[in-house]
Amino acid sequence: MEHFISLFVRSIFVDNMIFAFFLGMCSYLAVSKTVKTSLGLGIAVTFVLLITVPVDYLLQTKVLANGVLAEGVDLTFLAFILFIAVIAAMVQLVEMIVEKFSPSLYNALGIFLPLIAVNCAIMGASLFMQQRILLDPETSTQAIGGVGDCIAYALGSGIGWTLAIVGLAAIREKMAYSDVPKPLRGLGITFITVGLMAMAFMCFSGLKL
Amino acid sequence: MSLFSKENGAVFTGPLNLNNPIAVQVLGICSALAVTSQLKPAIVMGLSVTVITAFSNVIISLLRKTIPNRIRIIVQLVVVAALVTIVSNILKAYVYDVSVQLSVYVGLIITNCILMGRLEAFAMQNGPWESFLDGIGNGLGYAFVLVVVGFIREILGFGTLLGFQIIPDSAYMDNGGLYINNGMMTMPAMALILVACFIWVHRAVNKDENL
Repeated sequence: MEHFISLFVRSIFVDNMIFAFFLGMCSYLAVSKTVKTSLGLGIAVTFVLLITVPVDYLLQTKVLANGVLAEGVDLTFLAFILFIAVIAAMVQLVEMIVEKFSPSLYNALGIFLPLIAVNCAIMGASLFMQQRILLDPETSTQAIGGVGDCIAYALGSGIGWTLAIVGLAAIREKMAYSDVPKPLRGLGITFITVGLMAMAFMCFSGLKL
Repeated sequence: MSLFSKENGAVFTGPLNLNNPIAVQVLGICSALAVTSQLKPAIVMGLSVTVITAFSNVIISLLRKTIPNRIRIIVQLVVVAALVTIVSNILKAYVYDVSVQLSVYVGLIITNCILMGRLEAFAMQNGPWESFLDGIGNGLGYAFVLVVVGFIREILGFGTLLGFQIIPDSAYMDNGGLYINNGMMTMPAMALILVACFIWVHRAVNKDENL
């Protein structure tokens, strides 16, 4: 239980998807102009993470790893293709569900819902999970030992990403009225803002749970 | 259209400066920030993305008339994933220490926006040779930004370049000099600010173009 909570809290603040690993930057920069759309996208990303990371974990431990399917059969080279196929399929599913149950959200997110499939945050979470399975739970706070740990990791990463994008959107909304030098307008000042936010999040790296 | 015509030349040189994938198109930011803490991974990453973009552009361009529209994205993803698997295994075989440093970011080339962006915007509408040039151009434009950021971060953050000590040991404060390595440069936060400065300089230099 302690490991579960530690993994969850660390994934939000210390191993933040944006500020520590820079995953999902492209849609992060494109969508963070208003707080409302940012929140919608953040929730969609969290949901997709929650369903794809456990599925990829089961795929990795039951099918791909060395010797689990049959003695001496190592299918890890198929990991990239299978993970991206799972992600694309799940995003398609989420898109159909959102369209059926909430057409207004579907219209608000527009093109960004299918673009979650190529969001590096989703693929990156699965690839990091693949690495963390190999860590020892006794010595490392980042180790992933079962589906429960996957859920904590995915939920924490999604919430961290949502926190980052809503924070940036809030700042950008206020910055729309500032006098930024011409070459820095738009992209440049956004990068500097994200850099300063990343520096602020570095203060969490001493977190001991 | 001849192989090296003027239009093809523009396809190749465009992304190097005025249509730079990172500074102008805002694609491929994730890996540009993450792998540039030293120069060697930055160079390896830049070369890998160039090769993968070029060849995936060619393959999709050859297939463009036969892909059904509904499964377009999935076909593109599978082609790119296959190429990345090959390149990732080549890197693990020949430059293992760099491949460990790059860790998941080699796999993340699959979701690198530059690839998907160029496949959708260019390879689906143009012939193989033009797509190849476009892929190489965008890859090299991306690699250029990576090398600049990696160079600055390594020399200020570690005092080395490609592993060779550039700042002499005698200059360090521990040894009686006045210099200390800038530890902030090795942190992710500085990468963002350095890319912002790159974009600033790029836009100030190209101020006549509509960027």
